[in-house]
Amino acid sequence: MWRRSASFILDKHQNNKPMSLTPSIDSPPPLSASVADENPSPNHISAYYQTRAAHHEIVTSDWLEQAQAAVRRYPDQDSPVSEKPFSVIEEFNKWRQQPALAEAVAAIRALAAVIRASDGNTMMELEIELKKASDTLKAWDTTSISLTAGCDLFMRYVTRTSALEFEDFNSAKSRVLGRAEKFGEISNKARTIIAMLSQDFIFDGCTILVHGFSRVVFEVLKTAAQNKKLFRVLCTEGRPDKTGLLLAKELAKLDVPVKLLIDSAVAYCMDEVDMVFVGADGVVESGGVINMMGTYQIAIVAHSMNKPVYVAAESYKFARLYPLDQKDLEPALRPIDFGVAVPLKVEVERSARDYTPPQFLTLLFTDLGILTPSVVSDELIQLYS
Amino acid sequence: MDARRGPLAVPKVRRVGFFTSIEPSPDSPRPNRSLSGPAEAITTSSSPLSDSPSGQFISPVQIPPLRHRSDNLAAASRAAAPVPVPVPGPSAFRRQLASDRALHVGSYNPVDSLLGTSPPSSNGEVSEDSGSLFGFQRSDSAKLSASFPNGGFDMTMRVRAPQESEAKVVIASTSDGRKKNVEPSGTSEPVAATKPRKEKEQKSLKEKTSKAERRAIQEAQRAAKAAAKGEGSKRAGESSRAKPSKTAKQTQPKKDVPQVTSSLSEKRTVSVEKERRMDVPQAQMQYDDKSRVDKAKRRSVVEQTESKNKVELFLHLPQYERGNQLPNLSSNIFTLDTIHHAVYKVGLQHLAGDLSGDNSRCIAMLHAFQEAINDYTTPPMKDLTMDLTGKINGYVSFLIECRPLSMSMGNAIRFLKNQIRKLPVDLSEPEAKASLCSEIGRFIDEKIILADKVIVQHAVTKIRDGEVLLTYGFSCVVEMILLYAHEIGRKFRVVVVDSRPNLEGQKLLRRLVARGLDCTYTHINAVSYIMGEVTRVFLGASSIFSNGTLYSKVGTACVAMVANAFSVPVIVCCEAYKFHERVLLDSICSNELGDPDAIANVPLRTNTKHAKTMDNNKNLQFLNLMYDSTPAEYISMIVTDYGMIPPTSIPVIVREYRREDLLL
Repeated sequence: MWRRSASFILDKHQNNKPMSLTPSIDSPPPLSASVADENPSPNHISAYYQTRAAHHEIVTSDWLEQAQAAVRRYPDQDSPVSEKPFSVIEEFNKWRQQPALAEAVAAIRALAAVIRASDGNTMMELEIELKKASDTLKAWDTTSISLTAGCDLFMRYVTRTSALEFEDFNSAKSRVLGRAEKFGEISNKARTIIAMLSQDFIFDGCTILVHGFSRVVFEVLKTAAQNKKLFRVLCTEGRPDKTGLLLAKELAKLDVPVKLLIDSAVAYCMDEVDMVFVGADGVVESGGVINMMGTYQIAIVAHSMNKPVYVAAESYKFARLYPLDQKDLEPALRPIDFGVAVPLKVEVERSARDYTPPQFLTLLFTDLGILTPSVVSDELIQLYS
Repeated sequence: MDARRGPLAVPKVRRVGFFTSIEPSPDSPRPNRSLSGPAEAITTSSSPLSDSPSGQFISPVQIPPLRHRSDNLAAASRAAAPVPVPVPGPSAFRRQLASDRALHVGSYNPVDSLLGTSPPSSNGEVSEDSGSLFGFQRSDSAKLSASFPNGGFDMTMRVRAPQESEAKVVIASTSDGRKKNVEPSGTSEPVAATKPRKEKEQKSLKEKTSKAERRAIQEAQRAAKAAAKGEGSKRAGESSRAKPSKTAKQTQPKKDVPQVTSSLSEKRTVSVEKERRMDVPQAQMQYDDKSRVDKAKRRSVVEQTESKNKVELFLHLPQYERGNQLPNLSSNIFTLDTIHHAVYKVGLQHLAGDLSGDNSRCIAMLHAFQEAINDYTTPPMKDLTMDLTGKINGYVSFLIECRPLSMSMGNAIRFLKNQIRKLPVDLSEPEAKASLCSEIGRFIDEKIILADKVIVQHAVTKIRDGEVLLTYGFSCVVEMILLYAHEIGRKFRVVVVDSRPNLEGQKLLRRLVARGLDCTYTHINAVSYIMGEVTRVFLGASSIFSNGTLYSKVGTACVAMVANAFSVPVIVCCEAYKFHERVLLDSICSNELGDPDAIANVPLRTNTKHAKTMDNNKNLQFLNLMYDSTPAEYISMIVTDYGMIPPTSIPVIVREYRREDLLL
């Protein structure tokens, strides 16, 4: 899978910019045996969305407060990591602070740090340690698909090697470490590759509808703007965290004509749209995507009006999940601010994301290339074989 | 010519779909015309389809059968003529003509033209079919007909080789009609002479060919055979061989006919057969391919009688009358030496319908093979790999005679043969046998039993509390899933949908209820009603093809489509060893015909009058299909031992995982 990465695109276009984050190879303190950290609020607020909100600091101050309040209900689990000498969670959280860094990449970096810090003497020990760390990470936030997928992929990528054939443990370890770093590198570059690949699909004079703030989609649009393409963007508002506003603001900075819609105006505007661009929280085995709430309805509207729906997603978001319907996922909840007080007896749907089945998607732009939805399963089967 | 066309005044209506293939053929008595004229004459004079003696209608979906026999005959007779004509050329031409003719089917039915109208004498007419032969011989005695070769004779009549005197299926109407018109027909020497060997027995033949003539014909045959061999094509091979096919018999219905086969001709048949076996590509047997059916029949152990009223569209599938072979076969279980008794037992179980369910059938077969391999000793001067493969082939063809193999059994056999082929040469015989047996055991354990466990683990994650699961028929893996989900405390309800005539769902229902599951039982007629409350559909599979098409018990497609209309997810549970790399587009090409009586007879309704109208009604056929195909778009997910995958990923599994098992 990774061998086939379309990173040649980067080499061809000489304009690859430096990584948003150069991995600082610091050596953390030696790993403690137990890293049983608990997610501050595993059941109530999705940590993934919390992080995202933190990254999109623009309009989220109010609900962050609420999130904090929610966290405060579990004071015993609030900061469990500080006293540990080394914790994969801590490492992960450190990487996670970088706004440009995807969660999965942060996890990959953290796992690489685990390898580095490992004081095991055999490959088996190292593997067990790694397994434990990745399980901890996955358990830390079960709602984040890309975190789980990233950990799984990392484990596959690192341990599937023939490293065990090396008698010398140190060389094997350095080999694994090399792979881990390469993996991190690829994951990091993925966004740029996708931006390059998608340029062929953005033509002059087109109108693009985007939903939510996806860093990949933003990268795609930014690259297109830098390539002097003339296009127009319609941004949905992206309730409740108003991520669309953020995207509109960023695009306006690049002098791209932007129009902001409320989420319910999608069908109204669809006839002037040439293509829909969305990101993904996770790409599942059926080829469908899990993304911010509202993607499904946009895809349905676009499909019924015969507009192409393109998904930009890095391949570390490919997850071995197979939702059959919307409720077949572990819900990632988040608070929703309606501006007014919601009457007590009224329920609020707080799920943060939905599942778009593959038949509504046209193409997936990934760092493995441009894929049809059915290829996702192909790639996953090959990887996990 | 015009005179013959006279009675055609009433044009036949084009017939499509299901209709009796066996006409009360008015046309049957073809006049025996002697020499085949020039090819042009055929096109003009002989009306389309006139060459098919029973007036069979080729269904629009069917590829018109190539008429090897006639080719051969023509070639032979031509060769017999003073000026021999090079064989391959005309025969090729003929073939084309035959297909051309088939195009006219329906719009113009030439069959009528022959209806007793013209005295068969018309010369210049080409009789290129055995129909004329037939009439000629019929005029003599029924016995004669028994020895007559009718390999390529009649598509609609599947005649099985009787090894004992067993009532053979014959279409009464055809033979009757033929008889009627036999008398006026003059015999044609060359045609008769094409079967010179037979004439030894046919003492009662009115007209005998002279010795010289016979010799000439024999020469011609030989020439034809040589030419055919040179051609190398399978077809040619067939045509050359078709002649000596003796065993295919046309007998009177319900009449025991003594077998009249000269050992000489049999020997020759065998030798020709051997040559042929080389060039025949392994393909699925098409049961409307007369010559191949005959060939298979000759080697068969089980004598199946063909059922009578068959549905036109499914002529290419074997259909036998059920149950009448069983006592016969079970009596000689210990006397038969070619088939190992374990395999024999499994075959009988298949025949009797004791074994159902793909997995159990496959496991039973593999266990039988295991036993057979254990008891196997390599004959002196023979190679284990070659000889054992041959043995297995024999077993497999025996099993096919009992009941057509399922796809999964085919895959298992491929696996086994591959294992035999891969045996190291230096392995001693006991070692080789032990290794094969353990490989078979491993196959059963890994590909079936363990796979089922993995599937259960995967599928259970899709069952949430409060769901209503629908299942159709009986699938052992679905049963395991439901029981396991119940065991781990999921709260759900099951709807078991069933269908006549097998009512397999009752078995499932009984087991589920016994374990305390909350069940609803209904027949497939009510599926559209019940689907409204269902949240998941779980289906078993007989096979899944490369394009994602599900091949499963008949009715599955209906359930899947209704579920799709209600946007209920359809989950198919299937072990990966059942995947097949072929592509299936419809339910017609590959299917199995069940016992037609099963749908005709309604239990608890023993109305004799009713039964009477059902039987022997030429206008009524029963179609009891066993399988149907569900297109991939109706399937939401396939749960297999490699995880949960969309139907588009079947080829990936076949490519990635089965390479080592199947393709070396």
